[in-house]
Amino acid sequence: MEVILRDLTKKFPGRDRKRRSEVTAVSHMSLAIPDGQLLALLGPSGCGKSTVLNLISGLLQPTEGRILFGEEDVTSQPPEKRGIGLVFQNYALYPHLTVKQNILFPLENLKGKDRPGRDEMLQKAKEAAGLVQIEELMDRKPAELSGGQQQRVAIARALVKRPKVLLLDEPLSNLDARLRIQTREEIRRIQRETKITTVFVTHDQEEAMSISDLIVVMKEGIVQQSGRPQEVYDSPQNLFVAKFLGTPPINVFEAQVRDHMLCIGDEAVLRVGNVPDAAVYAGVRPEGFLLREAGAFSCRLERVEVTGRDISAVCGHTASVNASVRALVGTQGGEADGLSAMPEGSRVRFDLLPHKVFLFDRETEERISFEEN
Amino acid sequence: MMDRNSIKGSLKGWLYLLPALLFLGVFMVYPLIDVFVYSFEEGYNSASQTYFGVGTYNYAYVLRDPYFLQAVKNTFLLVVITVPLSTGIALLISVGLHSIGPLRRFLQTVYFLPYVTNTLAVGMVFMILFKKTPYSDGFINLLITWFGGKSVDFIDGPYWAKMSVLCLYTIWVVMPFKILILTSALASVDPVYYRAARVDGTSKFRMFVKITLPMISPMIFYLVITGFIGAFKAYSDVVALFGTNLNAAGMNTIVGYVYDMLYGDSGGYPSYASAAAIILFAIVFTITCINLLASEQKTRR
Repeated sequence: MEVILRDLTKKFPGRDRKRRSEVTAVSHMSLAIPDGQLLALLGPSGCGKSTVLNLISGLLQPTEGRILFGEEDVTSQPPEKRGIGLVFQNYALYPHLTVKQNILFPLENLKGKDRPGRDEMLQKAKEAAGLVQIEELMDRKPAELSGGQQQRVAIARALVKRPKVLLLDEPLSNLDARLRIQTREEIRRIQRETKITTVFVTHDQEEAMSISDLIVVMKEGIVQQSGRPQEVYDSPQNLFVAKFLGTPPINVFEAQVRDHMLCIGDEAVLRVGNVPDAAVYAGVRPEGFLLREAGAFSCRLERVEVTGRDISAVCGHTASVNASVRALVGTQGGEADGLSAMPEGSRVRFDLLPHKVFLFDRETEERISFEEN
Repeated sequence: MMDRNSIKGSLKGWLYLLPALLFLGVFMVYPLIDVFVYSFEEGYNSASQTYFGVGTYNYAYVLRDPYFLQAVKNTFLLVVITVPLSTGIALLISVGLHSIGPLRRFLQTVYFLPYVTNTLAVGMVFMILFKKTPYSDGFINLLITWFGGKSVDFIDGPYWAKMSVLCLYTIWVVMPFKILILTSALASVDPVYYRAARVDGTSKFRMFVKITLPMISPMIFYLVITGFIGAFKAYSDVVALFGTNLNAAGMNTIVGYVYDMLYGDSGGYPSYASAAAIILFAIVFTITCINLLASEQKTRR
């Protein structure tokens, strides 16, 4: 089922009794989620991503705008008419019911001709449980399950009515790191198997990047950028998106463009063809540094971090906006060995990879694109 | 090292408990044992501190005493009628209070007022409502005759009339506490369950039966158990309504009987009083055990 949000706005009445100012949680959001895709709503807490989810579910009514499921306008429909499944952040499993009773709960609500017979209900519950692989836990209470198992039960309960749209609110935030990776792959698999259009909310960019077909980055109720994860990562439209995506985060410098050269500190580090002279922010991805003895960019080495897969040089630079500059250095090739041998405080030199460098306007923080030669 | 620490810790714990333990020992455990002993000493005289013999005669006497049997009947009726009714009505009112917006605070205060009102003062109000005097038949009778009924003497009249006034009074007095407990129990249910239920299209009634009730059931059990115990110990309410000569009014309770046996006009029989008190203790104990077992069964299922 294709989901279309058209100019969606949600305002909440202000908490303050004296100043009745409204809080705009979501502002003029338009989005089309293609059928059968997994979409991540990504943003820092308070950016309105959960509000969007609740608007799609029907638990909240939009102040303005329409929501369409395929051809059908569902804006004024209550949640139960929309055919959605919702998984809550803390799962909201009924603690006094067993896993089986929890999964059966949505089916037992059905009335009249929609209501399946008891055997059919059990069959459907079993199918849903099979999908998330919890058949052997059917008679347990939620309190007797681990966080990951509870998560699966919550997903089974959301899937048992075969919803047209599956909504997940921060589905992984209550799990430990190892389980997170496992569960996000699980969610991906389930979504692939069922081909249900799925929207999930997260503040963890890695989570969003790893499993979703599309990501939408939000800030203060406004969509900053949407697209395929790699596209958004490789081509952020503004400084916020660039900073929000990627671990380790992007290195930002206060820089100048002089005579079509990007200057960080006193060094002209990169040719930026068509950009007029201006003060800019220069963002450099950690993987955009190449360790070269005659490199154009230099900084003071603070320490070298070796974390299994990669080696990073943590450096200081006066123009850096971040506390330190982090450059990822490949473990392949001899260059890394030399780095480890360098004493603390010595100067290291890098060349910058042009496609890993982004320029942003100092005022608007919008991306300034440049030609590489 | 570890052991010494834990011993030290538990010593400290016992020290903190000591004042309360002493108090309980002197004013609860010792009297309980003493009463138990008295109840088997036949014809105990508190003036001369003598008795004739040891046996179960006191129990036999009390169990055959028509006043005691009347008191047991009254007490059981009171318990059976008021505990379910007051809990049920309190639940309805709490759900109502929980679901309204603007006047909630005000109404919560109104419903709580009887709790801070003196029992005897409430008794006076009930007198005005129900008692027949040479000048007036009481407010309720005024209403009854207004609608074409025959006036009833609720205080000195037929048994059912007196019993219904007593039940009404008891329900009225115990209600505020139950409302207080239940409204806070209702407020403690995480609203996310209701949102989850709404997404699944659960009807309001089913939400209440399948989600709200099971979640607040520990509190309901607590209220039922304390309600049973409280109603079995009813005495002051009865005095407030019917005066001190309860045997004559036929409205005595078990606690009233115990009191009368000790200090009443026909009193001065500590042995009989003790036997009656032990019987009451046995009844309350048994019923509380049954209640607890039932609630445990319920939660385990």
